[in-house]
Amino acid sequence: MLFYSMKNTEKQYWKGTEQLTNDPDFVKFNEGEFPEYLPVNSNSSSSSEKSGSSRRDFLKLMGFSLSAASLAACEAPVRKAIPYLHKPVDLDVGIPNYYASTYSNGGNYCSIVVKTRDGRPIKIEGNKLSKVSGGGTTAQVEASVLSLYDTQRLRGAQVEGKTADWAQVDDLVKQQLQSISAAGGKIAIVSKSILSPSTKEVLKQFAEVYSGTQVITYDPVSAYGIVKANQDVFGVKALPSYYFNKADVIVSFSCDFLGTWINPVKFSADFAKTRKLGPSKKQMSRLYQFEANLSLTGANADYRIPVRPSKEGILVVALYNELATSLGAPTLQVSKINDEALQGYVSAAAKDLLKSRGKSLVVSGSNDSDVQIVINAINYLLDSYGNTIDLGAEAYFRQGDDAEMETFISELNTGKIDAVIFYNCNPVYDHPMGAIIASGIEKAKLSVSTSECKDETASLVTLIAPDHNYLESWSDSMPVKGHFSMAQPAISPLFKTRQAQNSFLTWAGIEKEYYELIQEYWKENLFNTQNEISDFQFFWDKCLHDGIYEVDNTAVTEVNLTWNPTSIASSISAKYTTDNSATELVIYEKVGVGDGSQANNPWLQELPDPISKACWDNYVTVSQRWANENGLKMFESNTYKVRLKIGDTEMLVPALVQPGQAEGTIGLALGYGRTDAGKVGNGVGVSAYPFLKKQADQRVLFLTGGVSIEPTRESAKIAQTQTHHTFMNRGYVIQESVLGEYQKDPMAGRYTPYIETSPALAKKLGSESTKLPPGAISMWKGHEYPNHHWAMAIDLNSCTGCGACVVSCQAENNVPVVGRQEVLNRREMHWLRIDRYYSSASSASTLKELEVAAENPEVIFQPMLCQQCNNAPCETVCPVAATTHSTEGLNQMTYNRCIGTRYCANNCPYKVRRFNWFKYHDNEKFPDNSSMNSDLGKMVLNPDVTVRSRGVMEKCTFCVQRIQLGKLEARKDKRPVRDGEIKTACASACPTEAIVFGDIKDPESQVAQLLRFEDKGDYQQVKEERAYHVLEYLNVKPNVWYFTKIRNKAELNA
Amino acid sequence: MSTTAMITKGFYSTAYFIVLSLLFSASVYGQDASSIPTDEGIISQGRTLYNNNCAVCHAIERQLVGPALKNVHERQSVEWLKAFIINSQRVIQSGDQYAVNLYNQYNRTEMPAFDFSDDEVMSILAYIKDESAKEPVQAAASDTGDGSQAQAQTGTAISSGYITVILMALLIVLVLILIVLAVLISVLTKYIKQKTDLDEADEELVSQKVDFGKLVRSPGFVWFASFIFTAIVLKAVIDGLFSIGIQEGYAPAQPIAFSHKLHAGQYEIECQYCHTGVLKGKSANIPSANICMNCHSAIVKVGDSDQPSAEIQKIYDAIENNKPIEWIRVHNLPDLSYFNHAQHVAVGEIECQTCHGPIEEMEIVKQHSNLTMGWCIDCHRQTDVNSMGNAYYDKLVELHESKGKGPMKVADIGGLECAKCHY
Repeated sequence: MLFYSMKNTEKQYWKGTEQLTNDPDFVKFNEGEFPEYLPVNSNSSSSSEKSGSSRRDFLKLMGFSLSAASLAACEAPVRKAIPYLHKPVDLDVGIPNYYASTYSNGGNYCSIVVKTRDGRPIKIEGNKLSKVSGGGTTAQVEASVLSLYDTQRLRGAQVEGKTADWAQVDDLVKQQLQSISAAGGKIAIVSKSILSPSTKEVLKQFAEVYSGTQVITYDPVSAYGIVKANQDVFGVKALPSYYFNKADVIVSFSCDFLGTWINPVKFSADFAKTRKLGPSKKQMSRLYQFEANLSLTGANADYRIPVRPSKEGILVVALYNELATSLGAPTLQVSKINDEALQGYVSAAAKDLLKSRGKSLVVSGSNDSDVQIVINAINYLLDSYGNTIDLGAEAYFRQGDDAEMETFISELNTGKIDAVIFYNCNPVYDHPMGAIIASGIEKAKLSVSTSECKDETASLVTLIAPDHNYLESWSDSMPVKGHFSMAQPAISPLFKTRQAQNSFLTWAGIEKEYYELIQEYWKENLFNTQNEISDFQFFWDKCLHDGIYEVDNTAVTEVNLTWNPTSIASSISAKYTTDNSATELVIYEKVGVGDGSQANNPWLQELPDPISKACWDNYVTVSQRWANENGLKMFESNTYKVRLKIGDTEMLVPALVQPGQAEGTIGLALGYGRTDAGKVGNGVGVSAYPFLKKQADQRVLFLTGGVSIEPTRESAKIAQTQTHHTFMNRGYVIQESVLGEYQKDPMAGRYTPYIETSPALAKKLGSESTKLPPGAISMWKGHEYPNHHWAMAIDLNSCTGCGACVVSCQAENNVPVVGRQEVLNRREMHWLRIDRYYSSASSASTLKELEVAAENPEVIFQPMLCQQCNNAPCETVCPVAATTHSTEGLNQMTYNRCIGTRYCANNCPYKVRRFNWFKYHDNEKFPDNSSMNSDLGKMVLNPDVTVRSRGVMEKCTFCVQRIQLGKLEARKDKRPVRDGEIKTACASACPTEAIVFGDIKDPESQVAQLLRFEDKGDYQQVKEERAYHVLEYLNVKPNVWYFTKIRNKAELNA
Repeated sequence: MSTTAMITKGFYSTAYFIVLSLLFSASVYGQDASSIPTDEGIISQGRTLYNNNCAVCHAIERQLVGPALKNVHERQSVEWLKAFIINSQRVIQSGDQYAVNLYNQYNRTEMPAFDFSDDEVMSILAYIKDESAKEPVQAAASDTGDGSQAQAQTGTAISSGYITVILMALLIVLVLILIVLAVLISVLTKYIKQKTDLDEADEELVSQKVDFGKLVRSPGFVWFASFIFTAIVLKAVIDGLFSIGIQEGYAPAQPIAFSHKLHAGQYEIECQYCHTGVLKGKSANIPSANICMNCHSAIVKVGDSDQPSAEIQKIYDAIENNKPIEWIRVHNLPDLSYFNHAQHVAVGEIECQTCHGPIEEMEIVKQHSNLTMGWCIDCHRQTDVNSMGNAYYDKLVELHESKGKGPMKVADIGGLECAKCHY
């Protein structure tokens, strides 16, 4: 008999509203692993015709057998082995090489290590040496390796849409530039933020040759408000460096610093450091998040307060005033928040901030410089400068100047710009005034683009001089003052492209390679800043090897705040109000598709959004209340379209009911609605860029008026994975508590199942009590692990749900992309999914109850992968022994043995097995699976992992290919395996070290230390109180442990 | 027969010549050789230089591309040797008779020039002298080893032959018994027939006639015959199916008639010299053309021909036209199985021949093993883990010994598990 402990049973965890209300459709899908009624003989959306075998199928089968038989009679095809003529010295076939490099897409930055196999980059890993990105990656960084092999990339230079010689392009450009420059005309180079100091040097030299050259910088998602605020009050025209790891209390206003804001990979790592708990650390940070859309940061906040963006300015001032009153500073006169609950949260936040003055941080994602000035004032009052914020370590991730860009656009449109060069940017798509730029381009005498692909901007210019992909290029970066990194080519250029910097040098008539220029720059500017290495070549080689060169600058502690509180107060009063009743639109960036520059990357398109779990689409997020009022019921991906009117624009967009959406607001993501991205990204969703409103000098991410939304009866589907692969109503998947409880009892929130036995049996088993742990009596014999026992620890407190691991796993393990329709058919193939649960006090049977539950639920993320059970239910039911247990604790999956009965998936309590319903490779029906359907795309595949065929089951292998390789390296060196040497793809991608992998038989390993593991033969004991197994009472003994989620709040929602 | 005789004769005369010349030269240059150092350090330096530069074409005991170097210091003066090693062509062009003879004797193969310092040449000579002094013990030992193995093999061959003979004899005896019995029956039947007072049972027996047609149509026979037929067909089909994709004995003609027999057999070039990846990783590597050119920049002709070899010319053409050589892959392991050379050769220290067969005897490379999973598994069951001095295996060895089950086989440490090769 199994007894559930009574603790915790009231609280309801739900993946979607259909689960909370027990929607009949949800229940139906929940019962079985596979949605059987779905067609398997066709993957088109219109396949509603009857399925099942027909005479034609029989004939097809006959034909297949005949051809198979005749094939078998033939001789095997002749295969060739073609060696190099001159083998490069450092390249050995089959052995990976690693090159330190830098990912920078505009201001999005990550220091990386590129894994190449036989000369082809196949995987991106984080560079552990970097202090700017901290060793992790993001989903976008992980996916960028596939963009290298995008069939959409330009094969060479183009003149007026036709392929041309580089010489021809160069002649045309030079001629035009010379005549324009001679006539005193204006030359504009438009660019996103440039992190590379040597590229800036190139542009400077270019400008010296052609007078009248101006470099205009913009960012698709601008942070100009912060830069301007810093300039206004501190005289520093840059972003500061934020140190979330030093903050005990963080208050954030619409700032998604864990997901998309400025440098999320580092911010996540720093934030997670403050959230780790253990026997020696019982304190953690507290995060307040005020926002409208439920963001990744909001989902990780201890207190999340949904607010309309129209109140944001007032709210920030209210917080300032609370602090100022306590600290005796002048207050600002703006209207009061006429909402007691909200005021309560502000006061609570202020109290917490004051308590940890000098160890607190207030951030805002707003692009309104007035709001940012108040934020600066708050941080000034709290002594954050020099502690949690460093103005000295200027950050250059966002250098865009919104005002300058506006001026440029109007000049371009009035024909005042004679030549325009778009340097790796696409403002026609990703600037709100894109349409005006589009019509203005033809007014310039010369228009050039250096884009890799023929995007929306490049297709309008006369000359395209395509740049190399970043993995083919030399470059350097200075994302933060004093912190440099190097980018080196990891592959020879695939096409007849040319590095843009070289193009600029050629056009300027400077007879120099960009590579030489970088070296010169480093020699003159960086080599002197150190005195350890006296030989420049050695210095250069070391920097190239490490990928980074960092000069630690001392933090600036003395800052002077100069501002005019009265004018700020009146300006904020004019812009913000506490009683707006109009619908407000909040535009946001998604963790996956981001600003849309990588929209043609199917890995990112199919990555379920961490919050909504939707992929392949852009949608309007609405609150449950709005849905109830407007008769919208969303169930199992089925929804309706809404008519969205913004100013003069009207469009039909599917609506997605988003729990936690602030009342009266709707959300729409950037990055979609591309028209010239390529066959994967074109036509996915609508673009939100045109709706970025101008407010003073800046473009802000919200509209407080002029937005209307009305329901229609046009049905729509959103490929949402949230209710796929559920636990079939089994409980105790999530275990959580609050800090106070945890400090009293580390077992807080834990559910400990037991079995009740007879006293006689208990005595026989050597137990005093009749209540025994589930593993005490088992029908399993257990396994012996003589050497290694691989295990994983996942800290739910550190996991932010960012999804880097999902894409990393996809890249490492050749996981196919199935496309939108197949996701709708519940057949996505991700080996690693991140389950997102909302939680509320009780279940909901009426719409009203649902509204209450979905108003502002708590959110928790749980990465779910094969648990590598020691008592694996899948192994027992396989009729052909295709899934077996290894002597290292792995649950092995042998594809060539599998006959596709799918019994294993049905018997898996965690629902982590994936079935290949189709042959996803070399199949024209899956064009979105671009990594397996063209010779170019296939270059990204990991040669050490099989590409699975139709009809076999697959699942997470704990990256067995990495384990095997690590062991081989150890054996070759005649030594035991070192901890940390073998890391799964998910663990190595994780920016927060939430996933730790290792050998628990090695007592020194990080995972054994975290679990405080004691090996007592068959009976393993984990002493860490927070560590638990999901569905522990099933006694399947997984090798993946989860650490309870601890929230730093008074009490849980329940 | 005649060719072997000629070769043997040739061998003897060469040996005679060498021995004679050695005897003479020893007396002439013996003293000069005392200048060759005998210091251990210098010898070991010489060993490295020798292995890196000379071993490709020369051996101590045997003749490879170039002559055997045993006691080379007794053949010519040290000065002469130095000059020849540093630039052999200059010595030959100077008209030195010994050098010219040597050059002609070895198919006019040019020995490349080496940029050695005097000390380096001396260290090489020191190494050669040191090696020459050693008795060829190892070679002899391995020879006898090979011999005994060969004998053992013939032994088993004979015994299995015996079994066949015994079986055949048994079969003949049985057939003879059958004939004798049949004759007996017919004689007895005739005898009974001659009698007149037969009872009913005997009458029936005598007049009995075998109706073959009836027998053939009887359900028992039909059943039996169809069973046999189906069984044979099934066996043939299953055997046929199992042989799909097995390319044992596959020996395609290669674009260049490269002979392993010549390179690995006659010249004893180490396998790793060309197959550079074999100790490092998954792939052993088909050598790139630049590796061929290490030797073939000097070796252009084959045999007595004064024309460059057409086959060697193909390497030059490939490099000149920048077109890689498209070898035909002989060993095709299916994509679903992972195999790593380094694990087997570097860690397991398995001889190449274990899987690839007597490669040094192959004119054209042939797939020696069938490369089926059964073949892999068999070896993993039978092979002891090479755990000596490898700390990785310490824990496993300790555990295995505590159980005391004899030597630790690959299968004992998970060598039969699916995910060791399939992922």
